Amino acid sequence: MHTFAQIGDFFQTHPGMLLSETANQTELCVVALAVAFVIAFPIGVVVGHLHRWSFLAINGGNVLRSLPTLAIIALGIALYGGGYINILVALVVLVVPLILTNSYVAVDGVDPGMVEAARGMGLTWWQIIVRVEIPNAVPLVMAGVRTASVYVIAGAYVGAFAGYDGTLGDIITNQGSYKLAGVLAATAVSIVLAVIGELIFAGVQRLLVPKGLKISAGRRGRGAAEAAVVPETAAG
Amino acid sequence: MTPLAASGSVIPLAGGGPVIPTFGGSSCKNSATFCVGWFTSNWGSLLQPALVQHIYMTVIAVVIGLAISLAAGLYAYRRGWFESGFIAFATFVYTIPSLALFLLFVPLTGLSLTTIEIGLVGYTFLLLFRNIVTGLHATPPEATAAAEGMGMTPRQILLRISLPLAIPSIMAGVRVATVTVIALAAIAADVTSLGLGKPIFDAIQSGFTTELVAPSLLLIVLALIADTLLVLVQRAITPWVRAVRS
Repeated sequence: MHTFAQIGDFFQTHPGMLLSETANQTELCVVALAVAFVIAFPIGVVVGHLHRWSFLAINGGNVLRSLPTLAIIALGIALYGGGYINILVALVVLVVPLILTNSYVAVDGVDPGMVEAARGMGLTWWQIIVRVEIPNAVPLVMAGVRTASVYVIAGAYVGAFAGYDGTLGDIITNQGSYKLAGVLAATAVSIVLAVIGELIFAGVQRLLVPKGLKISAGRRGRGAAEAAVVPETAAG
Repeated sequence: MTPLAASGSVIPLAGGGPVIPTFGGSSCKNSATFCVGWFTSNWGSLLQPALVQHIYMTVIAVVIGLAISLAAGLYAYRRGWFESGFIAFATFVYTIPSLALFLLFVPLTGLSLTTIEIGLVGYTFLLLFRNIVTGLHATPPEATAAAEGMGMTPRQILLRISLPLAIPSIMAGVRVATVTVIALAAIAADVTSLGLGKPIFDAIQSGFTTELVAPSLLLIVLALIADTLLVLVQRAITPWVRAVRS
């Protein structure tokens, strides 16, 4: 109970620091998510659309997933130095596999009959991707983005190891200066941030999912979208 | 735990002080990206013990995590409230910055392997439990119907039909959980001096490039080999998956 009082004290004695680090960490996370999405989503969509080169999405995702964040940071310090780019690369590598795999699985799994019907109606391949496959892929893709947002926000503190000052990691990795109370206060902020991020993307998902899909999803049952975050197809 | 208890002495860098000149002879310059001499002369005393510790930590965490998740997954079958409750708990664990989760248990269990394992096991739940539950629910209805026709009880169907058929999904979870634990165990070295993370953290302090690169490459190789081995294990224990496809 003693510690709880100290956590409260920390909020009162370091409000400016917590606030600026939260803002800074949020910015870093938004950039990392955006970069990861721009890299992973198009590849996943194209591979899923072609139903070919799936090994690229699956094995590429698996290899990236295997790279430990600390190893990427350390190799980065050796090759291109510490700092913003270093932590950005580490966070992007952390979540690219999630978005890549989910985008691929989502587009690959779109009902072939629906795609055939679209083709029969005279839609071009580009129109099929934009009007049929991507709208149908939204739930799974967004499930990946939501998980990715949690990974990035919870993981951003390692910026302190990567030589990038200004994240909550400055407090979390410095128990010597800020005591356990400070670490736990910064941790609480980070957790709240992750939960807020998840809720925001859940809201975005609700806005983006086409109406027809919501109706059919109600019939299909719950859970299907979340589960595929982990690729069951990975062994293939 | 005994082999790990002496780890403080295994890693002679812990004391701080001038680090670079004492290793690998004078031929290793700080600016060199990778100094083979340092690697070979520190393999036996530093890198190999750290690698063994890392494997040890990972295996313990994945095995305990899998045991708990399997028990919880079987219990959650037909108990929707428990399933969503456990998923919510496991998801919450994921929002905790990993270092903070390791530090959280230091006041209770000290700077020990147990402290680290609690954190590592906590991070396996989401990946393992979700895949176990998904796998159990994905039993083809005709398989269930055939089992019912043979007079199996619901309990027998769960253990003898649904569980084996869920192995591919479970193993996919084990693979992701394993590489995740390998990555997180490296971070844990900031709390206790165990595993391949320890030389990396030392090198971040000292800026000695070879010591940054060597354990990092070992860490990546370890993760890739572990992932590959688990694929082979999965293929060996689920021969029917490939039989169906071909």
